[in-house]
Amino acid sequence: MREAEHIDTAAQASVNRNGDNLVVRVSGAWHLKHNLPSPNLLKTALDAAPKPAAVIFDSSGLQRWDSGLLAFLLAASDVCHQLGVKEDRSRLPIGVQRLLQLAEAVPEKEGTQSEHIRESIVERVGEVTEGFFEHSGTFVDFLGQVAIALGRFLVGRARYRKSDLMVIVQDCGANALGIVTLISFLVGVILAFMGAVQLQQFGAAIFVADLVGIGMTREMGAVMTAVIMSGRTGAAFAAQLGTMKVTQEIDALTTLGVSPVEFLVLPRMLALILMMPLLCLYSDFMGILGGAAVGVLLHVSPISYFQETVHALRLFTIRGGVFKATVYGILIALAGCLRGFQCGNSSSAVGDAATSAVVTSIVMVVVACGLFAVIFNILGI
Amino acid sequence: MPIVETAAPSKNQAQARRPHIVVRGLTMAYGSFVLMRNLNFSVQHGDIFIIMGGSGCGKSTLLRHLLGLKEPATGEIFYDDFNFTKADPGQRELMRRRFGVLYQSGALWSSMTLAENIGLVLEEFTDLSATEIREVASLKLALVGLKGFEDFYPSEISGGMQKRAGLARAMALDPEILFFDEPSAGLDPISSRLLDDLILQLRDNLGSTVVVVTHELASIFAIGNNSIFLDIDSRTATAGGDPKELLAHSTDPKVQRFLRRGVEPAASK
Repeated sequence: MREAEHIDTAAQASVNRNGDNLVVRVSGAWHLKHNLPSPNLLKTALDAAPKPAAVIFDSSGLQRWDSGLLAFLLAASDVCHQLGVKEDRSRLPIGVQRLLQLAEAVPEKEGTQSEHIRESIVERVGEVTEGFFEHSGTFVDFLGQVAIALGRFLVGRARYRKSDLMVIVQDCGANALGIVTLISFLVGVILAFMGAVQLQQFGAAIFVADLVGIGMTREMGAVMTAVIMSGRTGAAFAAQLGTMKVTQEIDALTTLGVSPVEFLVLPRMLALILMMPLLCLYSDFMGILGGAAVGVLLHVSPISYFQETVHALRLFTIRGGVFKATVYGILIALAGCLRGFQCGNSSSAVGDAATSAVVTSIVMVVVACGLFAVIFNILGI
Repeated sequence: MPIVETAAPSKNQAQARRPHIVVRGLTMAYGSFVLMRNLNFSVQHGDIFIIMGGSGCGKSTLLRHLLGLKEPATGEIFYDDFNFTKADPGQRELMRRRFGVLYQSGALWSSMTLAENIGLVLEEFTDLSATEIREVASLKLALVGLKGFEDFYPSEISGGMQKRAGLARAMALDPEILFFDEPSAGLDPISSRLLDDLILQLRDNLGSTVVVVTHELASIFAIGNNSIFLDIDSRTATAGGDPKELLAHSTDPKVQRFLRRGVEPAASK
């Protein structure tokens, strides 16, 4: 490209009539990063006047150019082509002429431009419904494979690496303690304050211990742990398996005759089944500590707070919470691994898989929580 | 263009002319989109069979069909008269144990070291002890020039090394059939040439059948003695046979253009 001899002027395009011909004059410095004239002005000129014999491109005032000029000329020559008007490019710089020839060397392939047909609402509803049933099918299929894998594990024939299991146990157990501590303690504090506002009016501040103790062990401990683990571990599972799908590592397992469900899903599910009850118990404890901290503010001594808590709690309640946490753990592992296996073949698909794993597992956890509430109520627990 | 003389496999001459892989009337489709229809070809024992064609014509998809990772829309695939398409999962798994696959990206398991990657294959299908497995893994790594890299993780070595480690894993069990998906993609010319030599040696010394997906012309002529050419426009195979024969005698202009890097046959004579 030529050196600027003087200060560049802005890119300009003008269309003038010259006898039978139409002259498109481009001048100034044409750079992609500056505003460029729109090729529409040629179309307007061609539409307005009687059809010219030819369109002549003239670049006598052109200072510098890059792809911006080429894009303009290509669009302009498309317009000429559509209307069947001849073009004369001989007055353009030789480099521009060559690049335009190169761009036009291979004709546009038919059918490459995807057509966006507006579908009717009935069609779309139908498609979504079909998709839903298809997805339900793959989910049931996956569930079956996981059940078989668990069965093989119980009879000791499953193929997975114990060292993988240990790494995952550490990752979703010990490494999650920090965040579980923080969230559970704060949930305990929040529960205590909520109750204290009402109970203090009756001079019954000591019953905050009952409220926090039962609330944490029955519901909140399990649910909060599940929500944390969905975001932390469920997403990680989906991203790990999704990446393995993209890099064909899962194909490599399949061709080796190793079931990816046994090798990858089983250790993840076992790790969560083992760790969720423990994390839930820990979360219960931290929540009660949070409640006790608020109790101190309400002039309830820690000793009487703990005595009241022990009095309020029944082993059965704690066991119920731990049982729920285990079920939530299974759901999180299922959602994370399923979304990982369903991942597409690109890096953005891995991100989508992680997002959808979190959404799916939180939805499943909340639905399960509701179902448990109803069932426990019917059973009178 | 360096053309290495491909000596016909000297041993097992009788076996060499028996078809190892037979594909009949294979149609590959994604949903209602048909990628290739009516593919028919056979690969003899000891062949180095090249699947070639332009980008996006379905070479890798054909490989996935041969491996049983994707089901044919119609048609059947046989290995030594064993109907792989109709087989139940258990039988398929048994057949797959005779395969070794080198994936495009290497596909090493990223949570394991190179020795563990190779070791996992051996653990699954042999009764070797842990020390023996380690020894075999070291041997396989040494064969691909990666001696001393046993305890490296895949992310710690270069792309070319990952590919060679993938090859070491593919040949861990001395497979009867080796599949290569774009073995020279991302390799420099010298490494790519070394890989070609390695493939020839594997075929000659182990008597394996080799199926290679590639569009690297140097490799095609250096190692291939049989091939299929997939044409994206007519959506089927338009040529097949020894690539050097195709270059000399094929009258199909598309095949000629492909094998001469776009140079018209008339111009090159």
